[in-house]
Amino acid sequence: MGFFERLFGRREPPSGRIAKDRLRLVLTQDRAGISPALLDTLKDEIIAVISSHVAIDVDGVQVSVTQSGHESSLVADIPLTNPRSTRGR
Amino acid sequence: MDARVVTITSGKGGVGKTTLSANLGAALAMRGQRVAVVDADVGLRNLDVMLGLENRIVYDLVDVIEKRCRLRQALVRHKQLSKLYLLPAAQTRDKSAVHSEDMMWVCDELREEYNIILIDSAAGIEQGFRYAMEPADEVVIVTNPEVPAARDADRVIGLIEAEEKGPARLVINRVKPEMVKRGQMLSIADVVELLAIELIGVVPEDESVLIAANRGEPLTLSSNHSRAGQAFHDIARRLLGEDVPFPPLREPGMLERFLRFVSLD
Repeated sequence: MGFFERLFGRREPPSGRIAKDRLRLVLTQDRAGISPALLDTLKDEIIAVISSHVAIDVDGVQVSVTQSGHESSLVADIPLTNPRSTRGR
Repeated sequence: MDARVVTITSGKGGVGKTTLSANLGAALAMRGQRVAVVDADVGLRNLDVMLGLENRIVYDLVDVIEKRCRLRQALVRHKQLSKLYLLPAAQTRDKSAVHSEDMMWVCDELREEYNIILIDSAAGIEQGFRYAMEPADEVVIVTNPEVPAARDADRVIGLIEAEEKGPARLVINRVKPEMVKRGQMLSIADVVELLAIELIGVVPEDESVLIAANRGEPLTLSSNHSRAGQAFHDIARRLLGEDVPFPPLREPGMLERFLRFVSLD
């Protein structure tokens, strides 16, 4: 980060913070045995299954592994498309 | 005798297992414990050098296992500490010379004579790790405040939990307080939170560790008031069940620098 960037406050988070976020991510993936590639595959297949029944916002779909304590969960966030258009049908 | 076998392991290499084994062994012996430190890193032995005993080795762990000598003949007494003994690793053999059953009977015999048996495990999660874990009553995992070391520590914690060994406790080694303060290093709280394991020690980065290793004298034996030496003593006390608070992280102060200067270290 250059002098001017520092002066005008365009700050990157400190590297310790970056390390913590990266460590959290690799530990979550390691513990669950789910690689980023597997997450991508899961996401594609979830989109295929859900979108054959419901209209979803494909670009907004997020699939991730989260951890709280020793429990991990697979979380899929699947936004529906424009629900208003089907109102009153 | 109610002896304890404590295995020191880490996953990743180079994080300070052998340094901790040597210093903890000395600190425990200074507190009146009869201590045997076992170098289980067959083929890459180093605990002898850390303890300054490399010229006194006659027999080693593999000689004991293969019955070329009795256990007592292989144990090397420390020069200054009459209660500290080393069982050296073989240097010219590899990990396939040792099996879990071998470590079990060697430790069972050691339990007769010693209060605490510290096993300095090999890095990794293969055979050298497995046979070092087998006789363990408790485990100390060493890590550094860095992503690769912490990740490997987590893997080892998972394996230990799966084997129902334990309790496992964590030593965070080579912490740089100044970098933590600037937010440029994982903090103690970060590592403990993510690894979700009990902390037993925090050792600051300290030149005295290398200086002591150069000389082959455990830092815990020296009177040079180093922060790392104090940290090793604190770990020894916690291992013996004392409730020792964790001192706040700090840079070496003026007094410490002065004391180190006058002790000519």
